[in-house]
Amino acid sequence: MTQRDDNSIENKLTSIKYNCSKNTHLRVNQEMCRNCQKRPCCYICPAKVYSWDDTQSKLNVEYENCLECGACKVVCPFKSIDWEYPNASCGVILKNS
Amino acid sequence: MEQKEVLKFDAIVVGAGPSGVASAIVAARGGAKVLLIERSSFAGEKNMFGGAVFLSALKELLPNTWQSAPFERYILKHSWALLSDKTSCEVSYQSFDEPKSASVYRSKFDSWLVEEAKKEGVYFAPSTLVKSLISKNGHVVGVKTELEEIYANVVVLADGVNSILARDLGLRKEYEPKDMVLSVKETRKLPKSLIEQRFNLKENSKEGAAKNFLGGLAKENPPFGLGFLYTFEDTISIGLGVNLEDLNRFGYNPSDLLENLKKHPSVSAYLEGSELLEYSAHLIYEGGYKKLPKLCANGVLIVGDAAGFVNAVHFEGTNFAIISGMLAGETVLSAISAKDFSKKTLSIYKKKLNNSFILKDLKSYKNVMDNLYSRTNSLMNYYPKKAGEFFKIFTGASCKPKRGEFREFIKSFFSQRSLGEFFKDIWAFLSAIIGVLK
Ligand SMILES: Cc1cc2nc3c(=O)[nH]c(=O)nc-3n(C[C@H](O)[C@H](O)[C@H](O)COP(=O)(O)OP(=O)(O)OC[C@H]3O[C@@H](n4cnc5c(N)ncnc54)[C@H](O)[C@@H]3O)c2cc1C
Ligand code: SF4
Ligand code: SF4
Repeated sequence: MTQRDDNSIENKLTSIKYNCSKNTHLRVNQEMCRNCQKRPCCYICPAKVYSWDDTQSKLNVEYENCLECGACKVVCPFKSIDWEYPNASCGVILKNS
Repeated sequence: MEQKEVLKFDAIVVGAGPSGVASAIVAARGGAKVLLIERSSFAGEKNMFGGAVFLSALKELLPNTWQSAPFERYILKHSWALLSDKTSCEVSYQSFDEPKSASVYRSKFDSWLVEEAKKEGVYFAPSTLVKSLISKNGHVVGVKTELEEIYANVVVLADGVNSILARDLGLRKEYEPKDMVLSVKETRKLPKSLIEQRFNLKENSKEGAAKNFLGGLAKENPPFGLGFLYTFEDTISIGLGVNLEDLNRFGYNPSDLLENLKKHPSVSAYLEGSELLEYSAHLIYEGGYKKLPKLCANGVLIVGDAAGFVNAVHFEGTNFAIISGMLAGETVLSAISAKDFSKKTLSIYKKKLNNSFILKDLKSYKNVMDNLYSRTNSLMNYYPKKAGEFFKIFTGASCKPKRGEFREFIKSFFSQRSLGEFFKDIWAFLSAIIGVLK
């Protein structure tokens, strides 16, 4: 199988260019996330930005991969995500969509 | 030392998608001094859609130059397929008339629109993120960007589905997952000649095709969703919109569902040999007429996706965006001549929307999505499966008496579905149709 046949999200993300911002545009309230049962952000995000770190009991947020769709903020049951746009000119760059 | 000049415009438009550009053009054409602000470094850089723009609206906005838009292919062939596990039942339509829509890349199309706007005197500020609105005595009087404050008599919010500005100003409530559709899409490279062969398009032409798919996403717990495919010159887009509450409830990731769709034999045949060029995601708001935001307030108007103007059943969005933008542009001009930018004067915008197809259509479709959504399992699973079984008998030449086969089919049609469920389906579909017609 060539790399391009791999249909994982990780591989899909390699098709996108980003202009990375030094600071995050997605801030979560870790206290709320610790008490969150289903953690839907971890499975609905089309870029797999969120993952739960069991050992540190903390939500990892790989904001650099964000596609800026806005779904996580709507789905979060506790409104734990302070969702902003990345700084001007930062974030995802789409050329063929 | 000279005092820094206060930046002041007649109108500021936030967001350079089709709705924002349309507002800016109409206002500037009427003589207003307009600033169009966009957070990305070029217009369209953050935007994705299916997609094909509807030409009727574009012609209305730019009657003389619309032909020079960067069209990829004119969509003349449409099809809708019901997918079950191993079957596909398809209806297709072809137009030999003037094309009604054309596929475009948003990066190129939105940039082209902005160039047209500049020709009409619109000031364009890319790489500028509006962080908040400036209000004075209950009146919006300008915007605050990352760097400065800019003032205007009226601000048009054309900032798309996630409109943080409309939410912060209290024009709309927080979205609920059940009213949202999350879309993922892949643009895939495929040689031009292969596209023309596979989709039965004239060789070396600008003819194009669009396909929609219902079903084929998951065998159990099918989510409410619709797949789409559009042809471009030498790429195709394959994507999917799924109800956000269903993703939440069933624990799906939209990319996995797209993979299921891509593996369906009737879809994979089109994709064979294609290569991923770009992956993207976007939300669509389906709250519709029942959950419209406040459409204006003192010193502010809201247009396009930010106002929830889409018809998800027909994949219509750019036409709603352009026409609502134009109506907002006209409203800005009326307010300038009345020298009054209060909600009272700006509410002409609402009247204009009421008289246009925008609010008329949203009103006729106000229950359609609820009705269809309430029958998700029937739509996404049961009927696609049954359609497949029917045509299997119809076309299968199984060397068994047809009469017996059809009788078995009819028996199974009713026995696998309680009469109550069946009537609920009919009720939901009829209500959807009657809702539109009445
Ligand atoms: C998957 C999918 C498929 C679709 N397919 C079709 C189709 O085939 N045909 C069709 O007609 N419609 C389709 N639509 C709908 C259509 O894309 C939208 O209705 C249309 O783009 C709305 O235009 P808009 O100008 O209102 O918003 P947008 O196009 O979203 O533009 C908003 C702009 O505002 C900018 N912005 C946002 N916030 C700020 C800020 N604070 N400061 C500065 N700039 C800001 C954004 O960067 C963006 O450029 C589809 C939508 C989706 C998601
Ligand atoms: S869904 Fe919200 S509260 Fe739960 S883990 Fe994710 S961000 Fe935290
Ligand atoms: S905005 Fe979309 S892509 Fe970004 S983190 Fe949220 S769900 Fe993921």
